[in-house]
Amino acid sequence: MDDLWYSEYDTPNVRFSIRVNAQLHSEQSDYQKIAVYDSPEFGRFLTLDGVLMLTERDEFIYHEMITHVPMAVSPDIKRVLLIGGGDGGAARELGKYPDIEQIDVVEIDRRVVAVCKQYLPQTACGFDNPKVQLHFNDGLRFVRSAEEEYDLIIVDSTDPSGPGEVLFTKEFYGNCMKALRRNGIMVNQHESPFYSEDAKAMKAAHKRIVSVFPLARVYQAHIPTYPSGQWLFGFASKGLHPLKNLDAERWNALGIPTRYYNTNLHRGSFYLANYIEEALRENE
Amino acid sequence: MKQNQAPLYEALERVRDGGLVPFDVPGHKRGKGNRELTEFLGERCLSVDVNSMKPLDNLCHPTGVLKEAEALAAQAFGAAHAFFMVGGTTSSVQAMILSHVKAGERIILPRNVHQSAINALVLCGAVPVYINPQTDKKIGIALGISVADVKRAIAEHPEAKAILVNNPTYYGICSDLKQITRLAHAQGMKVLVDEAHGTHFYFGKDMPVSAMAAGADMAAVSMHKSGGSLTQSSILLCGEHVNAHYVRQIINLTQTTSASYLLLSSLDISRRNLALRGEELFEKVKRFSQYAREEINKLGDYYAYGRELCNGDSAFDFDATKLSVNTRALGLAGIEVYDILREEYDIQVEFGDLGNILAYISLGDKNKHIERLISALGEIRRLYKRPVREMPESEYISPDVALSPQAAFYGDKQSLPLAQCAGRICAEFVMCYPPGIPILGPGERVTGEIIAYIRYAKEKGCLLTGPESMDVSSLNVLKGEG
Repeated sequence: MDDLWYSEYDTPNVRFSIRVNAQLHSEQSDYQKIAVYDSPEFGRFLTLDGVLMLTERDEFIYHEMITHVPMAVSPDIKRVLLIGGGDGGAARELGKYPDIEQIDVVEIDRRVVAVCKQYLPQTACGFDNPKVQLHFNDGLRFVRSAEEEYDLIIVDSTDPSGPGEVLFTKEFYGNCMKALRRNGIMVNQHESPFYSEDAKAMKAAHKRIVSVFPLARVYQAHIPTYPSGQWLFGFASKGLHPLKNLDAERWNALGIPTRYYNTNLHRGSFYLANYIEEALRENE
Repeated sequence: MKQNQAPLYEALERVRDGGLVPFDVPGHKRGKGNRELTEFLGERCLSVDVNSMKPLDNLCHPTGVLKEAEALAAQAFGAAHAFFMVGGTTSSVQAMILSHVKAGERIILPRNVHQSAINALVLCGAVPVYINPQTDKKIGIALGISVADVKRAIAEHPEAKAILVNNPTYYGICSDLKQITRLAHAQGMKVLVDEAHGTHFYFGKDMPVSAMAAGADMAAVSMHKSGGSLTQSSILLCGEHVNAHYVRQIINLTQTTSASYLLLSSLDISRRNLALRGEELFEKVKRFSQYAREEINKLGDYYAYGRELCNGDSAFDFDATKLSVNTRALGLAGIEVYDILREEYDIQVEFGDLGNILAYISLGDKNKHIERLISALGEIRRLYKRPVREMPESEYISPDVALSPQAAFYGDKQSLPLAQCAGRICAEFVMCYPPGIPILGPGERVTGEIIAYIRYAKEKGCLLTGPESMDVSSLNVLKGEG
């Protein structure tokens, strides 16, 4: 076997590597460099601008945690706006809820969707759901024109350094607030607390969300292929509390199959380490 | 001569790669003598911060690569001659004035002229004849100058040597430059254009007419604004009826003999870029501005204005790359929106005045940042809108020029409390920001009306700058009269 490795720099001094069987695809789109690899340990995986987005092996963790947490809190989510999420994984999880009427997916880069449909059917199958409406548009531009239209907004973005930059701004969060209905919830990919560059993005995002939403909490998941393995999500709402309003009985009665998420883990995921709590509190 | 060449830039690369051992200034010796500075600015930058030498020519007396680079610039701008300037467009404006008026001679200027122009009059002793710009009452901005006002000024002062025109204004408003040039030339006056905001007129498609194309005699062009060169670099253009050798002598009166090759090479490279790709680049800038205008106008209350302001005279044309937004209907002053954008949304716009903000759109902008600006304005409307308040009127008060700025500035003066200044000749400047209207210049008589306006502007929270007395509680006036 050739000694081929995909490497990503978590920091200038830390490298994370995956042995690769082959590069299946590589292209430069209008927005970013898109690549797909095949690996013995993690199966196929997608990278954008050299940053690992998802692997077949562990994507379920991220996609279950970014969707089921809000779905178990609010009983009447009918219209969902998914910003980013061009791989289809979050849409796939949302597709498990019969009560959801519409899922608008706003992805800036149509090539990401095309590449995922070709190489990553495991997540791209999420787009087969007839409730899913794909919009190839700038997320900020799309949400700007929406007013009290959605019950849930999921921000499934890249890091703030690339095309995802706008999805970490105060004006974006403010426009999400405006686009949400009365009991609305916004959940976002919230970066990592561990390495300093990621932590900086996490703090900045938290500070801005807190300045916009009346309620903002953070929860975590363990994602082996993301820098440090520990990853955070933001839960912001117009009033619904992620623990007090959790209706475990109702959610469990739905009988939705999951491999990571359950309602006990839901509660546990909001209990954070001291250093993370401190970093968040400093920015409230 | 080909526009795809950049002789100065190419010569700098040759010198850098040639391995010369520097026993000349600058003393940092390609950065090696100042590690912290090199770390901050980068080795590539410091390696070309070099002194004039034979292969790099000399800005005071160009005979080699600088001469070629200036000739290429002249060709690109359609001028008979071009000077690379390193003292900002301020130095270009001053060189235009110093080249054409001497002590006691008159020059016609718009009242909202850049302070650098009046400072040039302090230096040379010429006497200003002011034309008040027309204003748009609804949005509260100064427009250009009307042809009728120019005719009147020329008729009243046929002995004036030159007329200076601001074209376009900061807000992108253009006067009827061709007509004004025709009138001035018919009277034997030179036409000098402060074209600080008009670099792109020379390269873009369907742009308002440029100074050189309109037949003006000189133009000061801020390459570092829309042209993309480094801050403080500028180009001074001469038409065919100007003695460029005399202009060079004038420039050398005040210009450094150690001109920065960073600035000079940025002019050469930017000129090449604009000549080769300017049309396409400025089409993109126009598209950005046009898109932002439409989207901002959809937000409600904001008014991002465009060509509809044109009135065939004092707003003869509009620069579509400009994005100015009137904020009055929002109940917020432009300066308030300006502050909120920076403090709450990390967005820095060019300026805010009483009723407007100006977002500078350029060849460096990206889609996503335009979206951020539009969306942040939407948020400001959602969160900060309040009942519309009365905004202070900004009026141009016609100045009574009693003495030349030079005589007043250097004259024997005394400080008097503001209330006692009526009737006296002011020895200093009073500017009012916003909106950047000069209230008094050196040599102008203080009137009761002016004192009342200063008090009114202070009360409305405008920033008054210029006088020695920082809060404008007193003014320097000339001794021995009044």
